[in-house]
Amino acid sequence: MKLLVNFSRKRGSEPIIAKAVKETGVLIMVDRAQIDPAGGQMLIDVPRESCRLVSDKMGELGADVRILEHAVTLDMSECVDCGACISVCPREVFTFDAGWRLSMKEDRCVLCGRCVPACPHRALSVLV
Amino acid sequence: MEKSIEQINTRIREGNARVVTADEMPALVAELGEQGALREVDVVTTGTFGAMCSSGAFFNFGHADPPIRMERVWLNDVEAYGGIAAVDAYLGATQQSESRGIQYGGAHVLEDFVSGRRVELHAVSRGTDCYPRRNVTTELILEDLNQAIMVNPRNAYQRYNAATNSTDRTLYTYMGTLLPGCGNVSFSGAGTLSPLSNDPQFRVTGGGVPIFLGGAQGMIVGEGTQHSPAKGFGTLMVTGDLKQMSPQFLRAATMHGYGVTLYIGVGVPIPVLDLDIVRATAVRDEDIEVSVIDYGVPSRDRPALRTVNYAELKSGQVELHGEPVKTSSLSSYRRAREVAVALKGWVEQGKMALALPTRPIDPLKAARPMRETGRSPRVQDIMDRNVVSIGDDEVIKAAAAKLLKGETNHLVVVDREGRLVGVVTTYDVSKAIVHPGKAKVVGDIMTRKVITATPDESVDIAAQKLERYNISALPVTDTANRVQGMLTAIDLGKLFGGRWRR
Ligand code: SF4
Ligand code: SF4
Repeated sequence: MKLLVNFSRKRGSEPIIAKAVKETGVLIMVDRAQIDPAGGQMLIDVPRESCRLVSDKMGELGADVRILEHAVTLDMSECVDCGACISVCPREVFTFDAGWRLSMKEDRCVLCGRCVPACPHRALSVLV
Repeated sequence: MEKSIEQINTRIREGNARVVTADEMPALVAELGEQGALREVDVVTTGTFGAMCSSGAFFNFGHADPPIRMERVWLNDVEAYGGIAAVDAYLGATQQSESRGIQYGGAHVLEDFVSGRRVELHAVSRGTDCYPRRNVTTELILEDLNQAIMVNPRNAYQRYNAATNSTDRTLYTYMGTLLPGCGNVSFSGAGTLSPLSNDPQFRVTGGGVPIFLGGAQGMIVGEGTQHSPAKGFGTLMVTGDLKQMSPQFLRAATMHGYGVTLYIGVGVPIPVLDLDIVRATAVRDEDIEVSVIDYGVPSRDRPALRTVNYAELKSGQVELHGEPVKTSSLSSYRRAREVAVALKGWVEQGKMALALPTRPIDPLKAARPMRETGRSPRVQDIMDRNVVSIGDDEVIKAAAAKLLKGETNHLVVVDREGRLVGVVTTYDVSKAIVHPGKAKVVGDIMTRKVITATPDESVDIAAQKLERYNISALPVTDTANRVQGMLTAIDLGKLFGGRWRR
């Protein structure tokens, strides 16, 4: 499950990832991070069952956490199963099934956004 | 053994014609042999569904009261060609909306019509004695039009070269998003199902032949524009009634950073008359080859990196320079199959009789490039040959003196052999003089990563570089990296006027 974490360094520089890992015992994967002196935004991946625990802990540590139910979403009524999205995705989220229908592994998505403009049919969107 | 078109049509009428889709044919021929397949199969249906820019439709709107002779016509703010009779217009698929740019265009209007949505018509005129009205605005649905006849000058490309990009930045092209460093390969076409790959000799494909177009029964008009079967790139001009079409097989699309296009389904039924046709329709993905073209090279004759076949392209991965590279299709193989299956249904149910061409298509024609009477200007035609240069080991003050004297804002920095090593601008020099730090010589303050042009490069390409990198001058270098001149935005301004004047 993906969590989008926004934090600022106003409250002193708490190492929130390290603290959250230590205090919850949950392993956290950082998919993407953009950090500057004032704060930052991170996309992290945690096991579904620990998602609440981690998000509450990070909340306590002063971060603003959003649970992303769907990373990348497909509008089935617009998709024509061309496959233009397949090769631009760095995480191999998209493949064809045996009947040449597009299938997706959303949980692999790191919300880089590359596939959105690459789809000629405006069928893809990412929620960030 | 041979079959006649009459025999096949009789079977179709009686509802017992044997019809297969083109992707099933190779296995069938392998199983039954060529003679067996000729005996068994009456019709092979083909299909393709992909971006076909060269598409559009003629409309007749009926007369308003008082009547207007429409000179300029817009549908949902997309201009249609009005230079035909009073209330006729042709809407091209790639025409962009005046207000929404490439997010909405002719193809979207076609899809809106076919999906039953309202479209706003706006037209203007100077007014004549017989047509006094000067403008009209009204909302229309497809049923309101007298005619909506799709006529696509170039559809159903036999096959299409695949695309990749060797440069270090992402390119947005009509072949989709091409990642830097040959990061992906994009291709188009249905391979084994492609109509013209199943009849490359144009034996039974020609003017007057009934086809599937956008979900409706349509017809081949004749050869398409840029038809070039001698090189393996035949095309078709096709027509059909837009009113009978379905959004399942007609979809608008936007190629990011490029423009609007129309995805449309085209399928041709092929009567199996003789062994030659059996062999042609047994074509497999493996047999259809295309080049992988480097779209990073901005000229007409782009280099081909290698040859691949559709089986490799469809496998999701091809090898380039010894590395596996992911492939993506722009056209939909799934929908191409749906086209071939729908067409198969029509023929099996006796809804479509076949016909031989009344106007054959030349299978040997080759398209020529444009004859250009004027030579497009090259960098060497307009560059400034009086280049002020300086050595990288000279002191900064010397650069300041040269800038003052040379009445220029850029100095090219050269090494002892006269090769370009950098550029310094008035800004770099002023900064170094106002904040004297460790920098002593020109080499300490110059920009080393210099974007350059070559003397025989087209001016349009150089202009694109200035714009893309937001710079105001390009050193022009020969193959030995010696500076031949300087091209500035001012030189371009003399040529293009307006946009480049500073
Ligand atoms: S947002 Fe990026 S990672 Fe997610 S599916 Fe699109 S291309 Fe793949
Ligand atoms: S590029 Fe868009 S339309 Fe094509 S398969 Fe992907 S999501 Fe579907």
